[in-house]
Amino acid sequence: MTSITKPRVQHPSSTRNALGLSRRDYEGSMSTLCAGCGHDSVTAALIDAFWQLDIQPHRVAKLSGIGCSSKTTAYFINQAHGFNSVHGRMPAVATGANAANRELYFVGVSGDGDSLSIGLGQMCHAIRRNVSMLYVLENNGVYGLTKGQFSASADIGSKSKKGEPNVQPPIDPVLLALTLGASFVARSFSGDKAQLVPILKAGLKHGGFALVDIISPCVTFNDHEGSTKSYLYTRQHYDEVAPVDFVPLRREIAATEPAEGAVRSVTMHDGSTVHFRMLAEDYDPTNRESAYSYVRAAHERGEVATGLLYIDQGSPDMHGVSGTIDSALTSLPYESLCPGNAKLQELMEEYR
Amino acid sequence: MSGVNDFCFKIGTVNGTGSASANGLLMQAIFRMGIPVVGKNVFPSNIQGLPTWYEIRVSRDGYTARTAPFDLMVAMNTGTYARDVAEIKPGGYLMYDASWPMAQSLLRDDVTVIGIPLGEMCNNAFTGDRERTLMKNIAYTGALAALLAIDMDVIHAMLQEKFGRKKHLLESNYKAIRLGYDYAREHYPCPLPFHLEKMDATRDHILIDGNAAAALGALYAGATVGAWYPITPATSLMENFRMFCEKFRKTPDGKRQFCIVQAEDELAAAGMVIGASWMGARAFTPTAGPGISLMGEFVGLAYYAEVPAVFFDVQRTGPSTGMPTRTQQSDILSAAYLSHGDTKHILLFPASPEECFTMARDAFDLAERYQTPVFVMMDLDIGMNDWMCKRFEWDDSYRPDRGKVLDAAALQKVEKFFRYMSTNGDGVAARTLPGVDPKGSYFTRGSGHTKFGTYTEDADEYREVMDRLVRKLAAAAETVPAPEIIDADGASVGVITLGGCRGAVLEGLDRLKEQGVALDYMRVRGFPFGKPVREFLTRHDRYIVIEQNRDAQLRSLLILETGIAPERLMSILEYGGLPLGTNQVVDGVLGLLKGVEVAV
Repeated sequence: MTSITKPRVQHPSSTRNALGLSRRDYEGSMSTLCAGCGHDSVTAALIDAFWQLDIQPHRVAKLSGIGCSSKTTAYFINQAHGFNSVHGRMPAVATGANAANRELYFVGVSGDGDSLSIGLGQMCHAIRRNVSMLYVLENNGVYGLTKGQFSASADIGSKSKKGEPNVQPPIDPVLLALTLGASFVARSFSGDKAQLVPILKAGLKHGGFALVDIISPCVTFNDHEGSTKSYLYTRQHYDEVAPVDFVPLRREIAATEPAEGAVRSVTMHDGSTVHFRMLAEDYDPTNRESAYSYVRAAHERGEVATGLLYIDQGSPDMHGVSGTIDSALTSLPYESLCPGNAKLQELMEEYR
Repeated sequence: MSGVNDFCFKIGTVNGTGSASANGLLMQAIFRMGIPVVGKNVFPSNIQGLPTWYEIRVSRDGYTARTAPFDLMVAMNTGTYARDVAEIKPGGYLMYDASWPMAQSLLRDDVTVIGIPLGEMCNNAFTGDRERTLMKNIAYTGALAALLAIDMDVIHAMLQEKFGRKKHLLESNYKAIRLGYDYAREHYPCPLPFHLEKMDATRDHILIDGNAAAALGALYAGATVGAWYPITPATSLMENFRMFCEKFRKTPDGKRQFCIVQAEDELAAAGMVIGASWMGARAFTPTAGPGISLMGEFVGLAYYAEVPAVFFDVQRTGPSTGMPTRTQQSDILSAAYLSHGDTKHILLFPASPEECFTMARDAFDLAERYQTPVFVMMDLDIGMNDWMCKRFEWDDSYRPDRGKVLDAAALQKVEKFFRYMSTNGDGVAARTLPGVDPKGSYFTRGSGHTKFGTYTEDADEYREVMDRLVRKLAAAAETVPAPEIIDADGASVGVITLGGCRGAVLEGLDRLKEQGVALDYMRVRGFPFGKPVREFLTRHDRYIVIEQNRDAQLRSLLILETGIAPERLMSILEYGGLPLGTNQVVDGVLGLLKGVEVAV
């Protein structure tokens, strides 16, 4: 077995998006993850999100580090450029790639080992720089490829497959990102595609660093009784804070108008809109302090607060801060980059 | 023997007291008098309060190497009197601040003492602690101007350029210089037997440090993305790049046609360079030994995934933190094979700021042509000291060598694109850039992959790609800058060196020639070693390899890569952190040759 590719046969009746592409055109290689892995559901949601947004596949750069989650960049959008880098260092590669060509859509897929242990610093600094990318953190509380060690997101008391309880406090990427000044913070569940897809779409259109922490159970090493990252536990302790609908620009708003009247709307950089339907009383997704308190309180109660928890469309991304040109640096012809010999000779006078 | 336009002097001060500008002023004044000059800054890893020195060598013949002992010592730091006085040549001069008496025990019978009450004069003439301290250092340049016959018109013109409309600064600086100048003229016979006389030998030259030169090379090569983590002695490379970009790379509406990211560490800096290069930008990072160690993992990724990446390693004294403000050439082996697994990288060894400029350009061309990391192996001496160089020239017909990159049109002509398939002898496989065309998409990975770009754990498929990488580096060996070779008639031994050793070795060979000892000379300028290097190794039975590290790393690399018998390579090693001196070359060669004769 050297590689697994799917046949490219399509059903003639498959639905097409505005580019004339079907969902199949956004698929990748066959997944080699365990049957029932939460990550495969996230992959499916990503495929839906890109397809629904009519994004040209080759205008997507998909990047990852190392781990089960990082394998999944091979499982969606074959025609995107993929980069499976080194453990915990995907944010740096994405930052450099975005610095060079800001015109593409960037999606980074990472896991709790990749992002919260070996790559914690890199994730934090990508948040600080507000690198424009969708950052998907597939969070299962466990190291899968090395067979079941606790990760830094495991809750105190959560039990390993062998029955040993975790004794160290967890790092919560949502709380961390809120503290660091992240401009888009969401949490979802691999088992809730209805919630996840609009969040991913909003993240792609955010125009800054969009962190989406997704509880994505590991069926092989962390889906047993006593685990706080299992399917069952997540479903039982699920607290959906603010269901969202994402309305892209140029789509007829009426068609996707939320069923139960939107109480709050946030306009994205490109004119798209996010509608929040408020379930939790008085929840304000544009208030960092209250978002933080709410998520923390939910955790104290043993619940998992989910939804698009915080959004700030006001902070500039890395290029906004740096004052870079609006187009990709890679699009500049060499002639416009080299000052030429006459200028060099003028400059030489300053070194005499 | 020392004489007119041929001597060296050293200034010992305390860092953070403005002595750097005073010393820069001296260097530049001598240069503007048309006299070849070179300066070595010997400074501490500290912000304020520790001893620091500046060595200036005036050489009418244009020699650039460090030479100790000194004709004149300017001892401004009471804390280092003893060692400073010991470094004066017999018959030389000592200038010190005579505001306070000097311990008699420190004085030498064979040295002429010149006392100038710099502190006292400046305390009387200026107010405020800071100004008094700063002006004391400016005042010694005045005394030196009198003793060495520096043209006061030149100094005055430089002060005017420097301070421009800040009239009060111009006046106070000039006043301080006059204080020293007038006192020296009044109390001592000026000028000293060795002194300066105007020449016309610097007309087509500049004074520049290697970090600025490398930054300029990166600018002219078209680099648009720079990622870095501050580290001595590489920091000023990126600072210069930013300065040049601010000057030359802004659109009329003030937008930047470059992106510089100060990373959280060197690991991230390396990752950013790889990400940007993957996108098709020319990207680089300047660093030093500790950064090289941290970048190892990413460098292996760039090698195996075949992503261009340019690294400037401004080498300093290791291991570990070592001596951050002292020079060495001790990252040669670690850079050559950096990262786990089987790897090998292209290295370039500039010997001067001039070569930092041209090799920066070469580095980007080689990195893109061979889709692999390239290291420009500078060092602190080249990177941070001002060197006299020929004015840089740029060939306006130059266009970047982007290597094999398939654009949308080229992709339409191929049936199917496979990233790691090479049809050429050089082993290079065409790449595509993200976002250009759906047909060019591929998956970049550091895990085992086939020539089609797909994942593999199959032995044959893995080996096929790894064997092609060997062909690629072999092709690169013949494309890296050729060695500099100077033949001597009747030489029976060859000298091999690299980088900043050049000045001391060439001067040493001149001196040895005067003594009837002729040696062939080769300075390697690139790695992997190509045919000219191998050919040179067939000329003689014995070679002397001169380099600045303890473990003879260049020698080891020659043995490993060319198979030359170890006993044919002898070593002269300087690894104390100071630039190689000419005397070390001359004495070292003579000592080794004696040994050879005995052995024969």
